[in-house]
Amino acid sequence: MKAWKKAVGLTCTAALMTAMLTGCGGTKKDAAKSDEVVIGAHFELTGGVANYGKSTLNGVQLAIDQVNAKGGVLGKKIKLVQGDNKSEPAEAGNIATKLITQDKAVVLIGPATSGCVSASIPIATANKVPLMAPVATAPSITVEKDGKVKPFIFRACFIDPFQGQVMAVFAEKTLKVKNVAILFDSSSEYSKGLTDVFTKTLEDNGGKVVAKEAFLAKDVDFKSTLTKIKASNPEAIYVPAYYEEVSKIIKQAREVGLSCPILGSDGWGSPKLAAIAGNEALNNTYFCSAYSSQDKEPTVQNFIKDYKAKYKTDPDNFSIHGYDAAMVVVEAIKRAGSTDGVKIAQELSKMKDFPVATGKFTVDANHNPVSGAVIIELKDGVQTFKEKITL
Amino acid sequence: MNSIKKHDLATLGACAVLFAIVQTLLFVDFIGPFWELNIILILINVILSVSLNLINGYTGQFSIGHAGFLAVGAYTGAIITVKLGLPFELALVVGTLCSALLGFLIGLPTLRLNGDYLAIATLGLGEIIRICILNIEYVGGASGLMGIPRFTTFAWAFWITVFIIFVIKNFKNSAPGRCCLAIRENEIAAETMGIDTTKYKVMAFTIGAGFAGTAGVLFAHYFYIAHPASFTFMRSFDILTMVVLGGLGSMTGAITGAVLLTAISAVLAEYPEWRMVIYSLTLIILMINRPQGLFGSKELSLKMFRLGGSDNGRATESK
Repeated sequence: MKAWKKAVGLTCTAALMTAMLTGCGGTKKDAAKSDEVVIGAHFELTGGVANYGKSTLNGVQLAIDQVNAKGGVLGKKIKLVQGDNKSEPAEAGNIATKLITQDKAVVLIGPATSGCVSASIPIATANKVPLMAPVATAPSITVEKDGKVKPFIFRACFIDPFQGQVMAVFAEKTLKVKNVAILFDSSSEYSKGLTDVFTKTLEDNGGKVVAKEAFLAKDVDFKSTLTKIKASNPEAIYVPAYYEEVSKIIKQAREVGLSCPILGSDGWGSPKLAAIAGNEALNNTYFCSAYSSQDKEPTVQNFIKDYKAKYKTDPDNFSIHGYDAAMVVVEAIKRAGSTDGVKIAQELSKMKDFPVATGKFTVDANHNPVSGAVIIELKDGVQTFKEKITL
Repeated sequence: MNSIKKHDLATLGACAVLFAIVQTLLFVDFIGPFWELNIILILINVILSVSLNLINGYTGQFSIGHAGFLAVGAYTGAIITVKLGLPFELALVVGTLCSALLGFLIGLPTLRLNGDYLAIATLGLGEIIRICILNIEYVGGASGLMGIPRFTTFAWAFWITVFIIFVIKNFKNSAPGRCCLAIRENEIAAETMGIDTTKYKVMAFTIGAGFAGTAGVLFAHYFYIAHPASFTFMRSFDILTMVVLGGLGSMTGAITGAVLLTAISAVLAEYPEWRMVIYSLTLIILMINRPQGLFGSKELSLKMFRLGGSDNGRATESK
């Protein structure tokens, strides 16, 4: 019996060693088959923010399927190779290396979160492979600390400061409120960045932040904080965070008797928000988003129709950015006329008024898209188009 | 005595040969960047699991805050090279010492606890370290410390790993190491025999924490970034899983566990949908068939491969 058990252990060890060694040998095999253009889809498919990764990947996949149905690019089919970074930055570096060196991806799309993108940047840059981040909003991603633009890094969504400004303008111009309380996630750069910009814009325009309270991601009980906020008599509350905590915050805010408008950021954009917070509590809440499903533009409606046909669910913000990102990348490859990373990056930086689902895609000097934002109001749990704001 | 030295020298020779082979393969580009990265990740995980094995396996304390020490090493190392512009060698030393110091300070009060209480205390410690880092703007807060140069090479990682394995092996065979083993087997009996249990527990904990710090310095200087999301309690569990899978109390077990789990994760990178399923199934099957880990508390040696199982009379199968 003992000998048998030992044998099992040794066999398993041996089997896995062999698996690993064959993996090593595998590096030689693929010099990218000439009838395919490989694009790496590098996303958070498991772990903490798997939801964002999957939604974005769905959008990317839809775009690539459509391009392939029309004959692909440069006369070749596009092969989308997926990689999962487990929502962890070091693993993101690992997967970026794999997609670029093993799978010979000519462009990377993703990851979703700014932290994972930051970890992939040195690898993409060293290998001269353009990286298109569909939904990473931290400003530092495309620009170095000294203001120099990173030549191979692009993004397809508006950046944090923009969203913060939009919400502050909306609060003052449309809602006509002056005293705003802020509740932010101190463990997230996204939330902290939005808070700073919002505060600055609000105060520049004569508003006032009457309370600023913090919480940590994964917190579940916000009642004591909310009671504190209530004591400061705010006319509105700004909660720039992700839907998981936000849904609980809104629910509990209404429970402690805070009936004022609650404002938020694009991290709210998930159907789960209404499922957790409840339709009633969500009335009189607004958030900023890149698009609204009720926008009558045909590009938006076509995207929604195709997405529903393929995945049987409604697309969210992440999906549409993923779709746009993939479309822009494919266009850049087409214009470059080759799969050379340097040429693709040049074409990406010259992209102007290219029609995508959210509107016209133009890349500015800092490799950010130029775009407006829409304000979405939640009415009985349904996202309704409130207004479009361009600064 | 002489034979032990000879044995060590032979092992060192074997390591040098292995190093030469892998280095050559890397040099001629037979092993691509992806596998080079994973080999270094394996070496870092080996350091982590071997150092955790010193605490959990040899001394019998249940610590699950190893990611915290990894983080301390990573961040101190990065501060030395990025913020202060000092050499990598110094970063390795300072990272190790800072981690060890923290281990010592935390170990003093918490190692008077035992069993579940120590587990909870170390789990808490790991989280405290992570939350602190999240809120220190100097090291980048929630966005992590970026722009760390890639100083870790295969040679650095390999020889540091060999050195650490050697130190821990010798520690285990030394007088303090024997005391640690005695504490693991029966703490009350050990105390009765005049062993200062807290002293030796703190000693093992400090050494283990220090080496986790070394791993952290290597980690940060290979992946260009030190990010709080890399040091969550899940990371601690990963390391613990490696040790338990290989067999608590077995050095070769800890090494095998680290190599296996890292390699599985890398091989399955092709199939993101199935990665976690297969990974978990592997663990479940192994744990059902070998609850004491791959090697139990035995060491893998050439003797094990001799027919007839001459080592039957030695350590018992289940501890």
